[in-house]
Amino acid sequence: MRINCPNCGERDRREFYVKGAALARPAAAAALEAWHDHVNLRDNPAGELHELWYHEMGCGAWIDVCRNVVSHAVLSTALASAADLGGAR
Amino acid sequence: MRFSGWRVLKEGLTGNKGWAPHWRNPEPKPEYDVVIIGGGGHGLATAYYLAKNYGITNIAVLEKGYLGGGNVGRNTTIVRANYYLPGNSEFYSHSLKLWEGLEQDLNYNAMMSQRGVMMIYHNDGQRDAMVRRGNAIINQGDDAELLDVEGVRKRAPFLNFDNNRFPIMGGLLHRRGGTARHDAVAWGFARGADMRGVDLIQNCEVTGIDIDNGKVRGVQTTRGVIRAKKVALAAAGRSGQVAALAGLRLPIESHVLQAFVSEGLKPVLNHVIAFAESHLYISQSDKGGLVFGSYLDFYSSYAARGNLPMVEHTMESCLAMVPALGKARLLRSWGGIMDMTPDGSPIIDQSGIEGLYLNCGWCYGGFKAIPGSGDAYAHLIATDRPHGAATKFKLDRFRSGHGLMDEEGTGAQHNLH
Repeated sequence: MRINCPNCGERDRREFYVKGAALARPAAAAALEAWHDHVNLRDNPAGELHELWYHEMGCGAWIDVCRNVVSHAVLSTALASAADLGGAR
Repeated sequence: MRFSGWRVLKEGLTGNKGWAPHWRNPEPKPEYDVVIIGGGGHGLATAYYLAKNYGITNIAVLEKGYLGGGNVGRNTTIVRANYYLPGNSEFYSHSLKLWEGLEQDLNYNAMMSQRGVMMIYHNDGQRDAMVRRGNAIINQGDDAELLDVEGVRKRAPFLNFDNNRFPIMGGLLHRRGGTARHDAVAWGFARGADMRGVDLIQNCEVTGIDIDNGKVRGVQTTRGVIRAKKVALAAAGRSGQVAALAGLRLPIESHVLQAFVSEGLKPVLNHVIAFAESHLYISQSDKGGLVFGSYLDFYSSYAARGNLPMVEHTMESCLAMVPALGKARLLRSWGGIMDMTPDGSPIIDQSGIEGLYLNCGWCYGGFKAIPGSGDAYAHLIATDRPHGAATKFKLDRFRSGHGLMDEEGTGAQHNLH
């Protein structure tokens, strides 16, 4: 599996740390249910999934990686900061 | 048909003409008391204990593929009760006791082999953790024995005792742990359930769960509508998809865990050996193959196969810890889909929908849990109360934060186990 970093180009999977599902972060004062949903509950689809990957051995960017989790095909990548995911700025 | 040594002898002398299929292959009936979704180890064991302990026999086990074709046929066959947090501790203790009587109970040879599980520690911190774990195991009523380096050397002289980076300082020996033949466990429970009247229905995928006024009514399947008073999920890595049919979201991510087996070798490993560094665990099957694995690949996957970086890590660990195996050739590798919860511990609970029950989140510990899980889940389905050994496997612990069982101490969050 190779990940196309928007800054560095296509790189080996081992350069990246994977955080899991890419989710919009609730406001700090959001209700318990919103945080429970964010921290614990998952759609866990057998198909396309957006995840946050961190290019720790490269440019240090957080990347929104869309993969097909059945085939492991990487479908698209974009900087997470552009989409305000997981609190990334 | 009962199995016995006498029967094997008789059949051997008469051309093996008397053996019959171990279970029927029935058509689904329009209605059952209980429908279990998933014909793996947990689903089959649940059907067996429902029939045996609670006299509930009007049961269908629905399996989308073939019986035992999921994780129960894709694991590293290790059986143990060396957990230490309340909740897990009493549950796995109960499960190991059931394992010890399983073959007699099922009249089926599951090749249960209590060859001992030896966990190796490499530094003072790990030793302290092993001492604590050993005391917890003894307090729960099971066995644990702390070994120094000579104790480990005596049992496994071929390990690398000159590893400067990860020196072997000793181990924790759990003598009653070991291995069992994974397929035979599924087959034994399937046969036991079938003999008591349970319908095992293969090639039957559940495509919908019918709920009316907050109460479950039955399921839609690729083989028609089946009505049921109670519906019980036991779908392991596919739990998220099946629960979604009932409109539920679970605290589960499905990940891939790889396992490996070498060519058959003469006996070399007498225990199951697990290393605190690198997470490597290895044992030798009765056929001679070395069966081993290490970490998850750590990304979501339903592929039932992993990627090469974790293959490389596992092989490196194996050669670093057991260099004597360097000439062994790898025969095959495979992946299983793990239903990972945030705290790494399972869920056996009601779903919030009347008559719909959850059994999921087994992470990478599902095989050893099979008899305990089946027994506890059957109790919950039959009585609507949790089994005494599984009172802490609550779904709500993730919402409340109370009663989380983070056995590894890494934090109760997805992607940390």
